[in-house]
Amino acid sequence: MVKLIAKSPCMGLLPKTIGAVDLTEVEPALITLIAPFAGQTKAVSAALKDALGVSFPAPNRAVGTGARAVWVGMGQALLMGANCPDLKGAACIDQSDAWAIVRIDGVDTSAVLARLTPLDVRDSQFKRGHTARTLVGHMTASITRLGVHSFEVMVMRSMAGTLVHELEQAAENMAARATA
Amino acid sequence: MRVQGKGLNANGAPLTFTFDGQEYQGREGDTLAAALLANGQRLVGRSFKYHRPRGILSAGSEEPNALVTLGEAAKQDPNIRATTQELFDGLEARSQNAWPSLKNDVMAVNDLMSPFLSAGFYYKTFMWPKAFWEKVYEPIIRRAAGLGALSGETNDDTYEKAFAHCDVLVIGAGPAGIMAALTAARAGLDVILADEDSRMGGRLLAETYDVDGQAGADWATQQIAELNAMENVRLMPRTTVAGAYDQGTYAALERVGHHRADRTGPRECFWRIVSKRSILCAGALERPIAFPNNDRPGIMTAGAVRSYLNRWGVAPGQAVTVFANNDDAHRTALDFIDAGVTVAGVIDSRDSAHALGDYPLFKGGQVIATKGRHGLTSITVEHSGGTEEIATDCLAMSGGWNPTVHLTCHMNGRPTWSDNIFSFVPTEGSVPNMSVAGAANGVFSTLGCLQDGIDTTQRVLVDLGVDAADVETPSAEDAPYRIEPLWQVEGKGRKWLDFQNDVTVKDIRLAALENFRSVEHMKRYTTQGMATDQGKNSNVAALAVLADATGRGIPETGTTTFRPPYSPVAIAAMGAGSQGHGFAPERLMTSHHATTSRGAPMIEAGLWYRPSYFPRSGEETWLDSCNREVTMVRGAVGVCDVSTLGKIDIQGPDAAAFLDFVYCNTFSTLKEKRVRYGLMLREDGHVMDDGTTACLGPNHYVMTTTTAAAGQVMRHLDWVSQALRPDLDVRFASVTEQWAQFAVAGPKSRDLLNTIFDDEIDNDSWPFMACGTVGISGVQGRLFRISFSGEHAYEIAVPARYGASLFGQLTAQAEAMGGGAYGMEALNVMRIEKGFITHAEIHGRTTAFDIGFDRMVSQKKDCIGNAPSRREGLLDPQREQLVGLKPIEADGKLTSGAHLFVEGADAVRLNSQGYVTSVCYSPTLGHDLGLAFLKDGPNRYGEHVILVDHLRDVRTLYEVCHPVFLDPEGELARG
Repeated sequence: MVKLIAKSPCMGLLPKTIGAVDLTEVEPALITLIAPFAGQTKAVSAALKDALGVSFPAPNRAVGTGARAVWVGMGQALLMGANCPDLKGAACIDQSDAWAIVRIDGVDTSAVLARLTPLDVRDSQFKRGHTARTLVGHMTASITRLGVHSFEVMVMRSMAGTLVHELEQAAENMAARATA
Repeated sequence: MRVQGKGLNANGAPLTFTFDGQEYQGREGDTLAAALLANGQRLVGRSFKYHRPRGILSAGSEEPNALVTLGEAAKQDPNIRATTQELFDGLEARSQNAWPSLKNDVMAVNDLMSPFLSAGFYYKTFMWPKAFWEKVYEPIIRRAAGLGALSGETNDDTYEKAFAHCDVLVIGAGPAGIMAALTAARAGLDVILADEDSRMGGRLLAETYDVDGQAGADWATQQIAELNAMENVRLMPRTTVAGAYDQGTYAALERVGHHRADRTGPRECFWRIVSKRSILCAGALERPIAFPNNDRPGIMTAGAVRSYLNRWGVAPGQAVTVFANNDDAHRTALDFIDAGVTVAGVIDSRDSAHALGDYPLFKGGQVIATKGRHGLTSITVEHSGGTEEIATDCLAMSGGWNPTVHLTCHMNGRPTWSDNIFSFVPTEGSVPNMSVAGAANGVFSTLGCLQDGIDTTQRVLVDLGVDAADVETPSAEDAPYRIEPLWQVEGKGRKWLDFQNDVTVKDIRLAALENFRSVEHMKRYTTQGMATDQGKNSNVAALAVLADATGRGIPETGTTTFRPPYSPVAIAAMGAGSQGHGFAPERLMTSHHATTSRGAPMIEAGLWYRPSYFPRSGEETWLDSCNREVTMVRGAVGVCDVSTLGKIDIQGPDAAAFLDFVYCNTFSTLKEKRVRYGLMLREDGHVMDDGTTACLGPNHYVMTTTTAAAGQVMRHLDWVSQALRPDLDVRFASVTEQWAQFAVAGPKSRDLLNTIFDDEIDNDSWPFMACGTVGISGVQGRLFRISFSGEHAYEIAVPARYGASLFGQLTAQAEAMGGGAYGMEALNVMRIEKGFITHAEIHGRTTAFDIGFDRMVSQKKDCIGNAPSRREGLLDPQREQLVGLKPIEADGKLTSGAHLFVEGADAVRLNSQGYVTSVCYSPTLGHDLGLAFLKDGPNRYGEHVILVDHLRDVRTLYEVCHPVFLDPEGELARG
């Protein structure tokens, strides 16, 4: 009898602490892409609210704490960390294994991100609960602000190694400046 | 020579450095140029063309002469300006463009040959014999001329790139920039203040002016401290804003590591700064005067001479003279007298000049000759009272100041000539949302600059709808500039304009004489304004000479185009992070580590890495492995990771209609749990991509694409859904990354799968082109019975977290059954044997008709590309169409890219009957075979064609045949 062993996207790569930055892998176990059909967004949002206490997020917003919903594109959000309820009015697509997700914490977090993404992550522009589809280096990515010095970066699973490498390099460059 | 008690770094710690191997002492806070001058080292380089001895001209990034190389071997950094390089302990600098030594440079012989090397010399001499230019003359000239060089080795230094965002970007931290930043910051805006110097303050650090009753440098330090303490202000010293681009984006280069002995960490950071508004406070650059032999070491710009004294406590000479056409330069004399250094005279070209202090003044005077091969010893002055020779080792010259307008011209703006200052000033609105203040705007007094910085920023605040800030104007000097133009001095000897490119007044006149009268032509003919300083010192004076030579005014003559970057930016900085594998993201399959640990060489497929083949012991070439893998699959079973193929989940009430619209064949008739091959056309009727789509349930499909076109297809579907058919209620998302998918192919494929499935499958439950879910030790996977090899085959998909584990299980089982993993080479051979197409065939210029799939373009419905694909020319039998090729001679070579000709025809383009797209050696059939496009191909089976490959020098006779070589009825896949 075979037994399949699960591996996370960043297994063997994280966690890491470099200078004033901590990199840890986030594994929500379940991720479902929810895309409401035409005219169904309100109903889908209400159904989600009923079932999990999170509504369908507005563009560039992430909502919820336990079960979270993160906007990822026009009419699309990722439900993370919860079983997707039976939503008649939406396409629900399993993406639990599609994303490599890294949480970045520490006082240099914004500076590290500034080395990789054109996204304006100034406190005044990109607050907790804000999210954006953008680039990290040459990778298409999703960035969500979790706290003052905390962000979550998601890229395609196959690019996990590149993401970790680029975050490491940026953090090392910041650390090198600190010792200058 | 140091002057006691002078200099902002008077108490700087002593530092040791070397120049050309000789050890010197400097001080913390020095630039390399300041430290060299402090040690009396005036000769620092050789000129580009004539190898003339040259010294330090300036005290800033505009320096044309004092370029040195730092670092050794691979880490060699050429063309470092000594005037901006900060000194650190242990710095080792080398001079450039001199051999065997700086003082005895044999290439100085070029100087004697200068009559033959004037502007455009290479268009006139070295012409014959013709072949000699490329092989003999050019290499010699290139070796003799030039600046510093790279090592040619790979440099593993780190560079970085970064982004910054702000409301207001202030460029330059002199008096105007400081007031601009304060005004914007006190109004609560996010401010970035960038300055190319290591210390902010601009000219206030180099002058003895008071501001608000205290020394200018101290005042600047205080203001910078206030700015630094504000949360909404970011100070970026050592950062040169190098370019202005669309939508408030600026490129900037920060020197991060150049001033540190420790080479860890980044050398430079290339910033992209995005701002709502920018205020250019870049100051002005002093211009030299073109008088005979004005290039000797010791002849410097007057402002720079003051900088060395006031900022670094260095007197560049012991008997200083000044040659100027304006009042400002007289300050040099005043400052040196104040410091106790002899001022041998001030030569002022203006008859109206008057002395501002106690020094000999030569009114209406001009310097007509200089002496001193490796350093200035004397000058000859002609003035109203006669001619005399004055002993001097430092001549401070000033032809006036040019506002630093460069950035305002980066979006094709042209500056405006001002008769008030005899220079160009920025034209308002040249760069959207950029304002200009201070000396960069032609305002030259300190008070004027401070006030302009405030006023300009207040206007910006009004524009942004922000309440004006409460800022008082500090008190400061407000002396008039008083300039009369002086561009060149006649006399015997060369009058240098562009020191970096060895361009003289005579060269400009020669260009005009030879009808290169346009300023852009003159520039290219003489090379004036090229290389690292980009003519910062010479542009305006060269224009003036050209204007004079062509009988036009300077405004009519115009300027050349200023382009980014303002000062040199290392390509390494712009390409930071892209060395080696950093060039592009790497997409790794879940089987990647298992694959590489088996020694499989990886090839790139887009961003993905896929195995070419899995070598086994005893196999010497890739072909050995490939042949074995093909035989293995056809005889037993093989496993191949096909996760890289695009997978798109498509759902919605109109999903089937959507598929019918994007595929040329019909999908609305596809039953649940079945798979169908589909062909997608572009809007021009040519083939875009192919793949299979499976119906997983009601209104639920999963489409596969080729690896190469996955992104293109996804973009296409988005376009169709959003722009062409928004009426269709359909949603889709890429699930490429969600599923790890493996092809299991070969007669034993089902046996293998049944060893790992929770429930066994058979031919009835899983016929050819069936699909559905299967359990593998409780994990739900998807099984598709499809085949790209022609064998009885499946593709099994599991959530990617299980991919590595499943690949291990499958390959282990396969090996136990006489099979194993196979790579792209074997995959390719098997698909050619079966006549299956890839993007080698659907390369963007072929139609469904060309590949023999015309009947797939359903005429019962409409689809993208249908109508265009019916166009007359696209259905012409004479079009090149897909055929197979098999050899007539046993060892006949078949090469991809070769063209096909009828026997007896000349192998020239017009006679080409078609071309070969894919070739392989088929171990199954025992010979080479290929796919090709041939005119009227399907009607020519059995004909012979000559294959000609001019590149590889191959000519072979081949027979045209049906493109499916193996199992044309497809019985293997169904069995």
